[in-house]
Amino acid sequence: MGLEHALGDSFVTTKLDLAINWCRKNSLWPMPMGISCCAIEMMSFAGPRFDAARFGSEVFRFSPRQSDVMIVAGTTTFKMAKVVRKIYDQMPDPKWVIAMGACTSSGGMYRTYSVVQGIDQFLPVDVYVAGCPPRPDNLLNALITLQQKVQRGESKGSFPAYIGEKKLNEPHDLPSISG
Amino acid sequence: MNAKIIEALKSRFGEQAAQTSEFRGELTVIIPKERIVEVCRFLKEDPGLRFDFLADLSGLDMFTPVNRFAVVYNLYSLANKHRIRLKVFTEEDEPKLPTMTGVWSTANWHERETFDMFGIVFEGHPDMRRVYLPDEFEHHPLRKDFPLMGIPGSLPLPKKS
Repeated sequence: MGLEHALGDSFVTTKLDLAINWCRKNSLWPMPMGISCCAIEMMSFAGPRFDAARFGSEVFRFSPRQSDVMIVAGTTTFKMAKVVRKIYDQMPDPKWVIAMGACTSSGGMYRTYSVVQGIDQFLPVDVYVAGCPPRPDNLLNALITLQQKVQRGESKGSFPAYIGEKKLNEPHDLPSISG
Repeated sequence: MNAKIIEALKSRFGEQAAQTSEFRGELTVIIPKERIVEVCRFLKEDPGLRFDFLADLSGLDMFTPVNRFAVVYNLYSLANKHRIRLKVFTEEDEPKLPTMTGVWSTANWHERETFDMFGIVFEGHPDMRRVYLPDEFEHHPLRKDFPLMGIPGSLPLPKKS
């Protein structure tokens, strides 16, 4: 069974970074920053029907110390922004951020004084998810997109030394979502 | 019931004390701000009226040179199953009203909300702080002269490192 069965007595060579990134991308532990209604879809994403466990992401950690990816799900007000940033700062490197939903990505329908018009004003966001709220499938798609970024050793917010040789903000080929 | 309330108010506080209007059976009473606590206590404690529940307390910005702000008290009598509305006006330069927490303690958070949104200070309130917005915020967003998108820089964001 498994690798031993496929490879027999032979061995595999790879780069350490690639091996580590491969491990990381298959066990992204989310920090559920569920602020409003998107959080319901996020719970569904983790539940049995949509089953984020298929991608190694089922372990929702309510402690930022134990998580890799923060899913910011909901309308972020200016008052809440400090809390979100504080929790993000408590996460260990390397770390990623998914901005889930219209409010989180751009303020959405809340074009008003109290709502931050996009969390990328105070957080480095790796993946944005469209929708109000996005369907859980859409969040799964964001997770898969994020896994591809992790495999390439990219992170908007982490300290570059931790995540492979590629420099931050370098142009790269994103896989097209449609095909 | 409305006629009975008007009658009771006039016999207790005099003809001029309360200005009343009625629309589709809903009674609104405009009361001078010096007497509001007195009137409310009377409405609550009078055995025939018993307005024992302050259903809501909120503010209004008329944006007029005189009597700019109003505070509206929606009362409900559980015994008589009847509602009335009280209105008090206050001026722009010193928006102050006496607190209602001594009559209905539920007024506590309602008055804090009204202070947060309109800047109306309730004198004698045990804890006159903001409810929703950060404590260091200096403006009152439901005033008509506050821009919808806020005042840039008035609500600081954490730094994006």
